[in-house]
Amino acid sequence: MLSRAANNLYWMSRHIERAENTARLLDVTYRMSLLPYRIQESDQSWAEPWALPLVINGLASAYYERYPGPITADNVLRFMVLDPGNPSSLYSCIQAARENARTERGAITSEMYEDINASWLEMRSQDYGRLQGGGVSTFFDWVKLRSHQFRGITFGTMLRDEGYSFIRLGTFVERADNTARLLDVKYHTLLPSAADVGGAVDYYQWSALLRSLSAFDAYRKVYRDLITPAKVTELLVLRDDVPRSLHACMNDIYEILKMLCDDSSIEAERLAGELHAQLHYGRTEKIIEVGLHEYLMGFLAKLSLLTAEINRDFLVPEYTQQQVSS
Amino acid sequence: MYDADGAVRPQYKTYSDWLKDKPLDFIKQKQREADTLFTRLGITFAVYGDEGGVERSIPFDIIPRILRMEAWKTISDGACQRVRALNLFLKDIYHDQDIIKAGIIPEQQILGNKLFRPEMRGFDVPGDVYVHVAGIDIVKTDQDKFYVLEDNLRTPSGVSYMLENRRMMMRLFPELFSRMPVAPVDHYTDVLLENLRAVSPQGISNPTVVVLTPGSYNSAYFEHAFLAQQMGVELVEGQDLLVSNKTVYMRTTRGPKRVDVIYRRVDDDYLDPLAFRPDSALGVPGLFAAYKAGRVTLANAIGTGVADDKSTYIYVPDMIRFYLGEEPIISNVPTYRLDRADDLNYVLAHLPELVVKEVQGSGGYGMLVGPASTAQQIADFRGRILQNPANYIAQPTLALSTCPTFCDSGIAPRHVDLRPYVLSGKTVTLVPGGLTRVALREGSLVVNSSQGGGTKDTWVLETGTP
Repeated sequence: MLSRAANNLYWMSRHIERAENTARLLDVTYRMSLLPYRIQESDQSWAEPWALPLVINGLASAYYERYPGPITADNVLRFMVLDPGNPSSLYSCIQAARENARTERGAITSEMYEDINASWLEMRSQDYGRLQGGGVSTFFDWVKLRSHQFRGITFGTMLRDEGYSFIRLGTFVERADNTARLLDVKYHTLLPSAADVGGAVDYYQWSALLRSLSAFDAYRKVYRDLITPAKVTELLVLRDDVPRSLHACMNDIYEILKMLCDDSSIEAERLAGELHAQLHYGRTEKIIEVGLHEYLMGFLAKLSLLTAEINRDFLVPEYTQQQVSS
Repeated sequence: MYDADGAVRPQYKTYSDWLKDKPLDFIKQKQREADTLFTRLGITFAVYGDEGGVERSIPFDIIPRILRMEAWKTISDGACQRVRALNLFLKDIYHDQDIIKAGIIPEQQILGNKLFRPEMRGFDVPGDVYVHVAGIDIVKTDQDKFYVLEDNLRTPSGVSYMLENRRMMMRLFPELFSRMPVAPVDHYTDVLLENLRAVSPQGISNPTVVVLTPGSYNSAYFEHAFLAQQMGVELVEGQDLLVSNKTVYMRTTRGPKRVDVIYRRVDDDYLDPLAFRPDSALGVPGLFAAYKAGRVTLANAIGTGVADDKSTYIYVPDMIRFYLGEEPIISNVPTYRLDRADDLNYVLAHLPELVVKEVQGSGGYGMLVGPASTAQQIADFRGRILQNPANYIAQPTLALSTCPTFCDSGIAPRHVDLRPYVLSGKTVTLVPGGLTRVALREGSLVVNSSQGGGTKDTWVLETGTP
């Protein structure tokens, strides 16, 4: 298929997946902000739950440019949900996904386009008053539902062609990236004091994290035990039966690339295989040893090498003279 | 729907009976349903110069325009005849120029026309087909006589609305289709693909066809994507193509792939920055050289604009007689040429009753509809004409036929025209239907979507029906 078309489909699903994960993150943040714990020291404003979505997405400076002064829930919500000037806002993600779909509407099914277009029309009609009036959690549920629905329609209607593979590739690349960033949250989250480690706040933060990845019930089923950092790490990094874990994402990415790659694009497959093996044969103790934060940073660096290679091989290719002289 | 005596025309009988016992609320609700569906399906066009909404749904009217088979046959035969003659004309002017030698068209009219492409002289296009897709705009007067208003031979648009309008009508009113034998139009894209494959470069047995679009911000992008999807071919932009050794390739995820036939919806000027406008970012460097080397086919061919220019239009009946030895089945609208002193004087004296158009204008821009204009607008337009009379033609304001249309006040007559799409390749043919455009404002004669026009589904009834 056309490289540009593949690129649009890949980004269509990345934008949808990003919207879903951002909604998850914001929802968790919102729930955490309802807990009766606050940090009193003024120089520790980064520990405010509402700083999290900005830190995780690397958007802190962009936020301060638009909203100088202390971080407030209202401003973060405006910035992350409705701000067209923020390329990672839910508004921008859904707009971009719909624009990708519109450009490639010939490559997707009409059901898919109808669905994503309806999401966009609904998103466009949102304003802050309505968002608050209807309840922010309800809105985040809506975003998640639209994402699930679009994935379901794609699964249920689309021809299993190359375009389908690039759509799935985009989903899992984005999900791996977002899960790694979400997991890293705990690194950024300061507890009110060292004495609180293992305390109520700690427990709520971990369980919120699990919930944001739809993995809370899975944790209960698998471990039937207290929530500990080591077990959360194992669940969301190494277990491949948890659909949003890094291992599960890399399973899919590696499978898809094995199918897509030929002799000229063998490097993408190799990089994916390497990263997959690291998770497949990984050990929780090892991760704790290097430190979860350091481990996740390493993972994100390798993932970014892989996406650069996917670009070179498929999405934005340059040809040699030899390739066009046949 | 009604004749001069107020009786229901026979082709509307079944429809009228059906409509009679439908309350206005029912029609209103169906109209709302249609509007919602069009917006949700994203069947839109972009309006240039409109900052508010980049995309809009084209207004769709749920009352069909119904044609009897006899009337359709006149339209169909007349449009095909015209396209056959125009193809022969294009071949002639880019080769021997017999029609000039015979003194039927002045040399200056062709060679002095800025849409004439000297680069095309002596070049043989596959199958001698220049105009693979033509949109012939036809109107009917209240005397039941058809006229050709203009020919669109470059990159005519609107056919996706013909197809989508039909789908919409079948979705909204399935019961009508079981009561009335409406001829299907859905096979349009199959015929288009077959014709495009038939004009591939020599020696290519299984040609790769693509649709070339200026991009997703073009006003007709929806249609480009729609046609590519319906034909099952790639929709490419200029940046997706490259030329190497006079061969065209597209950039794919599996490396470069050769392209043989390009159904292009990009104007001549923008096709190749090396051959035409050097500032074009939409084009493909080297495409024209590949075309001239016979390595790729462009549909429509380059240089067809000289034949659909409004100043060439007046010669089409003569072309039909010259090349085909036939009388035109559908007449031209009488046309005044403002580069002729007599015509100019007459037109300037009668502006309030005439329609004046720019020779190379399109889309309903740059025209004056005398009866619908204020004295000030007419005076302004007179000034523009006097600056360059040769840039204008004028036509009498026809008493256009109307068709019942749903509007705020209920159902009322509105003026319509019809654009059937003639396909050439293996044969010259069209599907039974076309795009009916309707002027939604009361009394308005301008049907262009960019000027507040809407569309209707067009039903041709198979024979043996009332």
